[in-house]
Amino acid sequence: MSDTPLPAPLAEIAEDFRSASNDLKLQLLLEFSDDLPGLPERYAGHLEQLERVDECQSPLFLTVEVGDGGSLDDRVVSLFFDAPPEAPTTRGFAGILHEGLDGLSAAEVLAVPDDAPMRFGLAEAVSPLRLRGMVAMLGRIKRQVRTRTAG
Amino acid sequence: MSAEDTKISAYAHPERLVTTEWLADQIAAGRIGGPDGIVLLESDEDVLLYETGHIPGALKIDWHIDLNDPVTRDYVDGARFAEVMGARGIGRDTTVVIYGDKSNWWAAYALWVFSLFGHEDVRLLDGGRAKWVAESRELTREAPSPSAVDYPVSDRDDAPIRAFKDDVLAHLGKPLVDVRSPGEYSGELLHMPDYPQEGAMRGGHIPGAKSVPWARAANEDGSFKSREDLEAIYLEEQGLAPADDVVAYCRIGERSSHTWFVLTHLLGFESVRNYDGSWTEWGNSVRAPIER
Repeated sequence: MSDTPLPAPLAEIAEDFRSASNDLKLQLLLEFSDDLPGLPERYAGHLEQLERVDECQSPLFLTVEVGDGGSLDDRVVSLFFDAPPEAPTTRGFAGILHEGLDGLSAAEVLAVPDDAPMRFGLAEAVSPLRLRGMVAMLGRIKRQVRTRTAG
Repeated sequence: MSAEDTKISAYAHPERLVTTEWLADQIAAGRIGGPDGIVLLESDEDVLLYETGHIPGALKIDWHIDLNDPVTRDYVDGARFAEVMGARGIGRDTTVVIYGDKSNWWAAYALWVFSLFGHEDVRLLDGGRAKWVAESRELTREAPSPSAVDYPVSDRDDAPIRAFKDDVLAHLGKPLVDVRSPGEYSGELLHMPDYPQEGAMRGGHIPGAKSVPWARAANEDGSFKSREDLEAIYLEEQGLAPADDVVAYCRIGERSSHTWFVLTHLLGFESVRNYDGSWTEWGNSVRAPIER
């Protein structure tokens, strides 16, 4: 694992997970799944405007908006996710990333280490296979931020 | 007798399936859980689905965490299986009913693993979780706390119902059923449509395999098709016979557990093995012959 620190909100969530028993980790993940915000009206019913993350076991769609600003430190990132209720693990992963990254600057999101999903102690609770979905979501989020702030 | 009961009574082993109606009656009669009761298990693809709400009295069993060995690429051994069962209050004679998401793929997979250990009385809920939900039946987030019992350490007997790669090589020329989607069978796709690239180096199928996607055995609501409809597919159309020696496979052995259940318990085939290594093993194996 790299030594790059996680941004504060994500680090706090990671600490909550790491200090929990496996059963409690699932309960926490369920809370993130339950609390994942729905899509705002401009995206609802327009999944074609979102990027589909194929690496998740169940379909997940996400998109990123980056606010205006002079530098990457001033430009605020907003995240939007859509996943069905029958896919609570995927929703839970999305919920973690939403609470941990939404509202951060583009610079902070781009600095999130790619192995961040491995720092929650989730592998033994949900199996490493299933964690791939969160790795893929983070990858897409960073790529979208990069694309939207290029040039 | 309801139409569903009539359908089930026509199968070769009708005792292997229960209806949502029957299960609701057992719950109402207080027969779920307890030392002499029925143990109800939910086995899902999504590791968190049980926590979002499950059938009252159901316990969770996870294919990956509870049934697979964390180190060896294999199922758990007899000692670990005994722990998994005992902790859920399951004795060797307990009636176990399993249900799950995705038209019971993972429920059928768990049932098949239970069968490797020779657990006698294990059944599926016809239609699984989706049918129960579609009928607006009760779900709860309350997890039961079963009293542990002793489950005897039982040897896993793989040979009758599980095929390894070498068994499949020796089986070439005899009936093989590929239950994946048509795109996976043809080699166009290296994974299930809509699913991660849990990749194989090459696409295609095992030489001589017939393509019978698992879903053809299921109705829209996730329940199994009638015996007559199943016979039309597997016997008349595909030319299989109940006395045939058959191997079924998919990507990792979950969808083929569903077909294994159909052939073995619904149609009464005597010798069906599930090749759980499936395409992720075969498609990556050096010099394993394939067809496209």
